[in-house]
Amino acid sequence: MISLRAKRRATNIAASALMYAATFVGLFFLAWILWTTIKLGISAMHWDLFLKDTPAPGDGGYGLRNAFVGSLILMGIALVIGVPVGIMAGTWLAEYGGRSRSADLVRFINDIMLSAPSIEIGLFTYAIIVDPSGHFSAIAGSVALSILMIPIIVRTTDEMLKLVGGEMREAAIALGAPMWTVITKVTWKAARAGMLTGILISLARISGETAPMLFTALNNQYYSTNLGRPIANLPVVIFQFAMSPYQNWQQMAWAGAFIAIVFILLISVSSRLILQRRVNKV
Amino acid sequence: MNSSAAAVGRRFEPAAKEPRFAGRRLSLPADFLFHKLAVAMAILVGVALLAVVAAIGYDSWPAIRTFGVYGFLKSSEWDPVAEHFGAFPFIVGTLVSSTIAMVLAVPVSFGVAVFISELAPGWIRQPVSAAVEMLAAIPSIVYGLWGLLVFAPVFADMEPWISDHIGRIPGIGALFQGPPMGIGMLTAGIVLAIMVLPYITAIMRDVFMATPARLKESAYAMGSTTWEVARHIILPYTRTAVAGGVFLGLGRALGETMAVTFVIGNSNNLSASLLMPGASIPSVIANEFTEATSRLYLSSLIYLGLILIVITLIVQMLAVLLVRSLNRGAEGAK
Repeated sequence: MISLRAKRRATNIAASALMYAATFVGLFFLAWILWTTIKLGISAMHWDLFLKDTPAPGDGGYGLRNAFVGSLILMGIALVIGVPVGIMAGTWLAEYGGRSRSADLVRFINDIMLSAPSIEIGLFTYAIIVDPSGHFSAIAGSVALSILMIPIIVRTTDEMLKLVGGEMREAAIALGAPMWTVITKVTWKAARAGMLTGILISLARISGETAPMLFTALNNQYYSTNLGRPIANLPVVIFQFAMSPYQNWQQMAWAGAFIAIVFILLISVSSRLILQRRVNKV
Repeated sequence: MNSSAAAVGRRFEPAAKEPRFAGRRLSLPADFLFHKLAVAMAILVGVALLAVVAAIGYDSWPAIRTFGVYGFLKSSEWDPVAEHFGAFPFIVGTLVSSTIAMVLAVPVSFGVAVFISELAPGWIRQPVSAAVEMLAAIPSIVYGLWGLLVFAPVFADMEPWISDHIGRIPGIGALFQGPPMGIGMLTAGIVLAIMVLPYITAIMRDVFMATPARLKESAYAMGSTTWEVARHIILPYTRTAVAGGVFLGLGRALGETMAVTFVIGNSNNLSASLLMPGASIPSVIANEFTEATSRLYLSSLIYLGLILIVITLIVQMLAVLLVRSLNRGAEGAK
């Protein structure tokens, strides 16, 4: 008996040690990646990054202005396309579709689109926009990004609306309010913090997307706001600069990566705050 | 809430004269339009997947017609000048790098998930969970940058040791030989493992936490150790969802593009050693897409994308169905 007990204890200690080790490994890589990005990113910080455009190959100097502006334009248009589509589809699922078979099918497809490789979305957008129009364009990049954000918005909208109690809907319906008034004035209002969080998460996800950009918005060495033409964007610039042999380009790649991570962190912290404030209020 | 109640009340005022239909009739067009708009958007979401596959299939048609299906899958030739294309090295590269990632990531994810759900003191759970979730928030381009410029040089210093020790073992030794370059199949697998870790861990942690407390507590009351509870109670109870989480991670690994493109080495030749450079389907598409000059070249790259989407779709459907089956089971158990 004693030997069996000792053996079980030993197994338990060994297994627990391995689990502590696994957690340590995970946190170690997170710390390593964040630390290098912060260290190299901050050391490459320079005002010119925000004031000047990307320098030509071999030229010295710093500048990422065209990439920042391009990324913001791409994300802005993606939001304009993606938010209404995502909110309305999610609303249909929660308010009209319910647990019907067609709603479950849409949810299933949406779940698959949620984790579809982003490179496939890039190829799709290439096939439907870039190829027929004959050239890479900012608008194609925005469409690709919106396709990537829609599944996230659909899912959070669906889930957040389902959390709204039936009593509120019934009270509004009993007052004679038509369905669309019930949804826009009552359930959307009750679920707005969660829905906003979904939009923010989707924005964080698309902000670093690179692969789809290679087939849609491509890149532009110059400052451009023309939606019908290729446009510079931060992820592709990081990709191009990291692969280059030039010292200042590699430094700018780190600066870009650092700013992308800071942007994503700010978004996720603010979405957590929004959710928490809501929880505290309720 | 105040303003919405007021809005509902305002709309309700004329109903005093016409009690039965007033509110409804006044806004019927808006109500109708809102419903139809919602339906249209849901249909758009519902057909998205089919549209993606159809459009990619359409653009790869020239390559399908030229090389066929079986011929394309088994050919190792990739010669843009002679316009002969085959997918075999890239399919192997995708499967090998993803397999390495899963072999490394699944046990570590299991360890982290058990740590969070069973071992960790209460105050440390939330920070560790949040930290692991942060790994998922880092864009893949940053993983690639870090993998190429930071991890690869460090790993290159370790490779001679690997080929000296593991490379001597008969049988698997051949997998670990070659010049220490730091980039290659194994590096891609390791970076992928770090990237899929948070996805697998998140699912495992959620289902481990959702295991009914009375099951765990019964086992603890019988004198089980933490490991025995994890191995014989929690894992059997959650195995379907755990498998779903593993498939979800696999789907991510198969389709990951940027990080792999940075560190896999981008060689179109197959090599027996994991330390040698290779290529995966996403990496070759990302690398050569803008260089593809002829219609057939471009179409062959998109054909590779079609193969990839078929593989990942199967994996993802399995993942979604497996993860869902547990949710349904858990709802039934309540």
